[in-house]
Amino acid sequence: MAERSVIEAVRDGMSEMMTADDRIFVLGEDVQEGGVFRATEGFLDKFGPQRVLDTPLAEASIVGVAIGAALNGLRPIAEIQFADFIHPAMDQILSEASRLRYRSVGDWNCPLVIRTPWGGGIHGALYHSQSIESIYAHIPGLKVVTPAFPEDFKGMIKSAIEDPDPVLFLEHKKLYRSIKTEVPDEDYRTPIGPAVVRREGEDVTVFAYGLMLHESLTAAETLAGEGISAEVVDLRSLRPLDKETILNSAKKTGKILVVYEDNLTGGFGAEISAIIAQEAFEYLDAPIVRLAGPDIPTMPYAPPLEHFYMPDAEKISAALRELAAY
Amino acid sequence: MTTITMPQLGESVSEGTILKWLKQEGDEVAIDESLCEIETEKVNAEMPSPYAGKIEKILVAEGETVKVGVPLIEIAVTGEAPAQKEAPAAEPQAAGQMAEERETFAGDGEKAAAAPAPAVEPKRESVGAAGTVQAWPPGQIRTNGAAGDRAKRYSPAVLRLAEEHKLDLAQIKGSGIGGRVTRKDVVKFVESGAPAQATPAPEAAPAPAEQAAGRVTAPREADELIKLSPTRRTIGERMRQSIVEQPQAWMMVEVDMTQLAKFRQAVKDQFRDREGVDLTFLPFIVKATVQGLKEHPILNSQWTPDGVLVKKDINIGVAVSTDEGLIVPVIKQADGKSIAGLAHEIAELARKARNRKLALDDVTGGTFTVDNTGAFGSIASAPIVNPPQAAILSSELVVKRPIVQDDDSIAVRHMMNMCISFDHRVVDGADIGGFMRTVKERLQAYGPETPLY
Repeated sequence: MAERSVIEAVRDGMSEMMTADDRIFVLGEDVQEGGVFRATEGFLDKFGPQRVLDTPLAEASIVGVAIGAALNGLRPIAEIQFADFIHPAMDQILSEASRLRYRSVGDWNCPLVIRTPWGGGIHGALYHSQSIESIYAHIPGLKVVTPAFPEDFKGMIKSAIEDPDPVLFLEHKKLYRSIKTEVPDEDYRTPIGPAVVRREGEDVTVFAYGLMLHESLTAAETLAGEGISAEVVDLRSLRPLDKETILNSAKKTGKILVVYEDNLTGGFGAEISAIIAQEAFEYLDAPIVRLAGPDIPTMPYAPPLEHFYMPDAEKISAALRELAAY
Repeated sequence: MTTITMPQLGESVSEGTILKWLKQEGDEVAIDESLCEIETEKVNAEMPSPYAGKIEKILVAEGETVKVGVPLIEIAVTGEAPAQKEAPAAEPQAAGQMAEERETFAGDGEKAAAAPAPAVEPKRESVGAAGTVQAWPPGQIRTNGAAGDRAKRYSPAVLRLAEEHKLDLAQIKGSGIGGRVTRKDVVKFVESGAPAQATPAPEAAPAPAEQAAGRVTAPREADELIKLSPTRRTIGERMRQSIVEQPQAWMMVEVDMTQLAKFRQAVKDQFRDREGVDLTFLPFIVKATVQGLKEHPILNSQWTPDGVLVKKDINIGVAVSTDEGLIVPVIKQADGKSIAGLAHEIAELARKARNRKLALDDVTGGTFTVDNTGAFGSIASAPIVNPPQAAILSSELVVKRPIVQDDDSIAVRHMMNMCISFDHRVVDGADIGGFMRTVKERLQAYGPETPLY
């Protein structure tokens, strides 16, 4: 076991896969230079310019080219420099990549990974802070994953590369270097789909992913000192979604807080809430509560306003105290 | 006293150097008046004061480099409250810097994700008051009605538990907001050994599953609505839960009961005279089932999120039909009991069930269920697993049928079908096949040599 940061885990995962399979290549803006977050640092020297492709600042073509390569037997990993810039590629992702299998009645599939850094809390303001998961997790045929720990980043990027269908691999940029934990040495996979209970608890359950998972764990630790036992579930994969783990935990505590960084209205946590309300109603002991970013454009630049926007351990603790007392 | 810390001048910058203090200790400072010049690897900036007041103490000397968030200066704030712009320090320079965002990130990747600290710890109250959008103002969780009502507004979880344990909720003291009875209050009440109430749970406590399950057609006048008894409601809920949660598969085998039938015929009168209970096929079936479970313990288990929990005790539930509906009393540690012992216990539990004298302990803790559907004349049935158990076995009617023997002759044999429904998450057909073979072989081996005690 070696300690790796999130960005190192992603880099190692891609590098190991590319070493083993020369169909895999990366493409994106400045990836030859290593990319803005250094995810592909050293790749140009190691794998050469044919497998590390610099592209113009044109996201629709990055994804479009990747789809074409995938259909022709290659295994592309497309990097969108910031999730905020992915929107020009929406048509390619929604209308092409995610529907190819369905449209061709299974004759074609599209083994494509789109990696992109998302989320706020890093002074990124409007163009570097967006949460896009709810928009893309809405699309059938597209897998959307949001790991939170280096072990999962490495194991899931490998699973994503091997997946026969398109995977949107979301990397919370604030985690890149702030989270550093042990990563197994062997060649392992983290399956896409299963959620995991990161902390067992009795009184309340928090569902979260990405940066919010870490904030939730901090809040749970704080509350443990106050005699409130909070269970924390790391959703990891939003589509497919592990309803069984969600419902089991919901039934266990009956008090649910769903935390997400995206705008409140129509955010992915709304789906979690709806599933629990529909399938675990008789186990609920309090209203299902969502704690999310306010319904304003993400994300204000001024530090107090950014702080106001971002859900954090303090706000999560406050919400959990209210739920526990209900 | 208010402390001002090193601001974050750009998202990838983690430290700054004080070039020059523009104010000294004892000086008065107005809002937005510059306090000092700061140099970072990205920008040089003058830091305006977010407060008006008197400089009490300068904490960092000129030329020193400190991390973002380190206290720089203490101000005794006078007059007006903190300005609306609470952390203006980084603003003007930052706007210009964002224009070169890609270079900023590219050039400083290793620091890009360093946790930013606001220049001035924002005052939660002032932000909350200024904004119309919500973050987490207290009281987000709405409660309906006056505080007095709340004690009697029960959540679905509380109602379900009350019904399961036949509790009178009025007896439970609520610890929740406004005296609400919480799920944990009910659990504690049950764990404290509170007596189960003879009175059924209030009828105003509908389990919503039935409503949710499908569209109910509007009743016509001649139709009769039979109110749900607590037993009926529980059966409904448990069966629904079973079907929803467990992917169940089914298998049937046929058993030649001829030898056992002859044996039973030979001893049953004597048995009744001596023991006072009838010797039916059921104790033999339960005994054979126990043997099957001992050889295939994976069936004596339940599915949990952490794995398949294999139970050490073999507690066999035996389905009993009563006026109220199906009840499944449990033979505890059935593996320690003889056929005669099982016959007694089955008779006793069935009697208690029909007289509604079963205690909570009689109907809990089952690890596997046997359902003698043959008693209703059935020759094949597809029982539903009793959750959280992993399987349910049904024994069907014993009928005489012409059967082709090993030597190709045809003989009249006493044949019985045995069916099993099982949680396919826990076991596969191969396990079930092995288990059914064991039970079948046991039943076919029973005969004059079989000890009843």
